Amino acid sequence: MTIGIEHYLTISAILFTIGTLGIFMNRKNVIIILMSIELMLLSVNINLVAFSAFNGDLVGQVFALFVLTVAAAEAAIGLAILVVFFRNRGSIAVEDIHSMKG
Amino acid sequence: MDVTQNTVSLGQSLSIMTPEIGLSIAALVLLMIGVFRGDKGLPLVSLLSVGALVVTGFLVAVGPQSASAFNGSTLVDPFAVYMKYLVLLGSAVAILMSFDFLKTEKIGGFEFPILVILATVGMLLMISANDLIVLYMGLELQSLSLYVLAAYNRDSLRSSESGLKYFVLGALSSGLLLYGASLIYGFTGSTNFASIAAFASEGLDNRENMGVIFGMTFLLAGLAFKVSAVPFHMWTPDVYEGSPTPVTAFFAAAPKIAAMALIIRVTMGAFPPVDGSAPWQQIVVFLAIASMFLGAFAGIGQSNIKRLMAYSSIGHMGYALVGLVAGTVAGIQGVLIYMLIYLVTLVGVFVCILAMRRKEGMVEKISDLAGLSRTQPVVAWTLLFLMFSLAGIPPLAGFLGKLFVFLPAIEAGYAWLAVLGFIASVISCAYYLNVVKVMFFDEPAGSFKKPMPLAHRGLLAVSGIFTVLFMLVMRFPLEWADVAARSIVPVTIAAGAG
Repeated sequence: MTIGIEHYLTISAILFTIGTLGIFMNRKNVIIILMSIELMLLSVNINLVAFSAFNGDLVGQVFALFVLTVAAAEAAIGLAILVVFFRNRGSIAVEDIHSMKG
Repeated sequence: MDVTQNTVSLGQSLSIMTPEIGLSIAALVLLMIGVFRGDKGLPLVSLLSVGALVVTGFLVAVGPQSASAFNGSTLVDPFAVYMKYLVLLGSAVAILMSFDFLKTEKIGGFEFPILVILATVGMLLMISANDLIVLYMGLELQSLSLYVLAAYNRDSLRSSESGLKYFVLGALSSGLLLYGASLIYGFTGSTNFASIAAFASEGLDNRENMGVIFGMTFLLAGLAFKVSAVPFHMWTPDVYEGSPTPVTAFFAAAPKIAAMALIIRVTMGAFPPVDGSAPWQQIVVFLAIASMFLGAFAGIGQSNIKRLMAYSSIGHMGYALVGLVAGTVAGIQGVLIYMLIYLVTLVGVFVCILAMRRKEGMVEKISDLAGLSRTQPVVAWTLLFLMFSLAGIPPLAGFLGKLFVFLPAIEAGYAWLAVLGFIASVISCAYYLNVVKVMFFDEPAGSFKKPMPLAHRGLLAVSGIFTVLFMLVMRFPLEWADVAARSIVPVTIAAGAG
């Protein structure tokens, strides 16, 4: 069996869905949310690189490099905010993030 | 005039992008100044930041009004210039409003104005973006700065919680947007908006092009997050309530304008309507209706004024999207005018919220405004006009703004949408008028602490006068918005509309 573009798209769609569900269904820990976000961005990278190879166009790979860079910056800022939150709240459980409601 | 696919030399490209590059360098220089002066550096850095934004506005004015740089990936046109002015205005005003607050609340450091400037660089890039990569980079530069700003009061639980919520949901929206971008790139074979438009002009209805429609939907969902349109609004009330008030004022104005510019750029630039209809119209119709009604109903029971403003802004984004649905020159012109009026009105409202300070600290309840008409009559009367304007009561600016987005929608055959908008606007009067009632008819609950700083009084005066007298001077912004709208709407549609 040859591996075509549709296989890459399928695996990336599955990973993206797992990432999205991970954000919404996880009731435990914010770190898991950060991992889910990373999973979403990396599934997009699979898409971009697969399309790039399939279309014979380099732009997709350049885009993927940009996405990697931004994902690193995003994780850094997310962890920094998480540390600040932990110092105020003493916990990073998702169910403890509820001081505002309405 | 073909400005998308020409080859421009690197030097020319750099000179076209001077405002963005200059502002980035200014942010780095200001960071150095702040580091060397320590925490005492806030006044100087704030002043210089406002100066840098003014200089950037000047660079936008003297720069080319119609050009494309870096192989068509960024674009300067009258539309971009108009939106850039609004964003720069919103950012400069946010820094002016923050200075006094940060000093009295003793929220540390000189970083605030620098973060605002970095966010502004991102917004300018978003407005000029003509390529999916530039769109993403601009959006992320803006978002990452905003996450930090939301958590800026790092000793406050509510501020850090709002930062965390904004980060998680913002990152989710970036993921959606990016997935959409990857699908659009894969199925059209290009990240450039002009090439995508050329591909889309051949019709997207056939089965092979489902991927493009899918991608466009994801992209719009990501962008709807950024303008807090329903059903992607859930971060807004918490983030508005928890963030420090000047940050909320900043969130409510500049990023919304930049994201709205991006929505218009994507819909009109990358997927322009063919024969008056486009696949995105149904999505935007839904976003508009849902936002207008959620904004109108959910605001009614609120007791916190910042939370109220969050629902108000959700509603206002819905009204602005009504103009986009029309997809004509007049419709886009209406959106541009609406964003201008929204920006100036909000500045006044947030100056009033910043003045709500008692001996024990900042207060945020609507009931704390009780009896303001007796303790501070000038502020109360100005806030009355601002609230009437937000509610859309004629002949104030907010009414005219709604008129300019509803009329094109009616002309384009969306009369029912305009009627729904009118109903939502009447419902939303309930909470705007409640604020007025509390100010004028409730017993005073104690006066606010000290007189406003001079800059705040100036901003409030400008905002109030603009709101009341917009009717008399509206010819100038209307003409300007018309030129801006004509530059973004494809020539075929613009000619048809006359």
